[in-house]
Amino acid sequence: MTSEPSFVEVTLESDLKNLEVAEEIVRRVAGTAGIGEEIEHQIEMAVHESLINAIWHGNKNDASKCVWLRVEVYKDRVEIRIRDQGNGFNIAEVPDPCASQNLLKVSGRGIFLIRTFMDEFHVRYLPGSGTEVTLVKRIDPAHQSK
Amino acid sequence: MSMKATVRQVDSVMVVDVSGRITLGEGCSQLRELIRDQLAKGNKQVLINLADVTYIDSSGIGELVSAYTAVSNQGGQLKLLNLTKKVHDLLQITKLYTVFDIHNDEAKAISSFEKS
Repeated sequence: MTSEPSFVEVTLESDLKNLEVAEEIVRRVAGTAGIGEEIEHQIEMAVHESLINAIWHGNKNDASKCVWLRVEVYKDRVEIRIRDQGNGFNIAEVPDPCASQNLLKVSGRGIFLIRTFMDEFHVRYLPGSGTEVTLVKRIDPAHQSK
Repeated sequence: MSMKATVRQVDSVMVVDVSGRITLGEGCSQLRELIRDQLAKGNKQVLINLADVTYIDSSGIGELVSAYTAVSNQGGQLKLLNLTKKVHDLLQITKLYTVFDIHNDEAKAISSFEKS
């Protein structure tokens, strides 16, 4: 068991204009883990794609709905949870964007990028309240700045 | 920082200098309109210079694919110039690196277009 994490938790109006605000929060909090610029960028991109999914697909771009974001920094990992008020999705049904028949499709790369950049990605449907995704990036002590 | 795009003509090629963020929303729709305008004017040789792109998301990648398909469908050519490391890595991860004709030298990129 690791010690208590440092964390930030915010609830945002479901509007794309809040993307950069949320990303800045994640960047600052994740930055305290001393994980380096490249890993920070990967986390930022995964959060960006998750927030777009939450706002665009989950909440159907309805500004009266909310997106909840929590960033936790543990000694060994950064864990991010994003919750929308939508009906969820079946991750097994998300097509592989790198398959030859999908390569020239305009959309469908978001989940793929999240899975590529993060060490863990979980989707949980919360009946009556929405969908929560959890993103985990493990911290390699060898690459951690003091 | 939002996206900015300016167009200049070099020989028969329209060079689109893009800077800032190509992301869902304004950035993507701006690029889409710009390509549509160029095609409407009959300009079918397009070189997108991404040297000053600070951020691109999955929608931005999709917009590049859309532009590539739109130009190709009209019998034209769309090529990419000066990828930043972040864009380069994303195109490799998504296996699009082999789809696009990518250049690091503008003069060589211009001369690689078929003479119209």
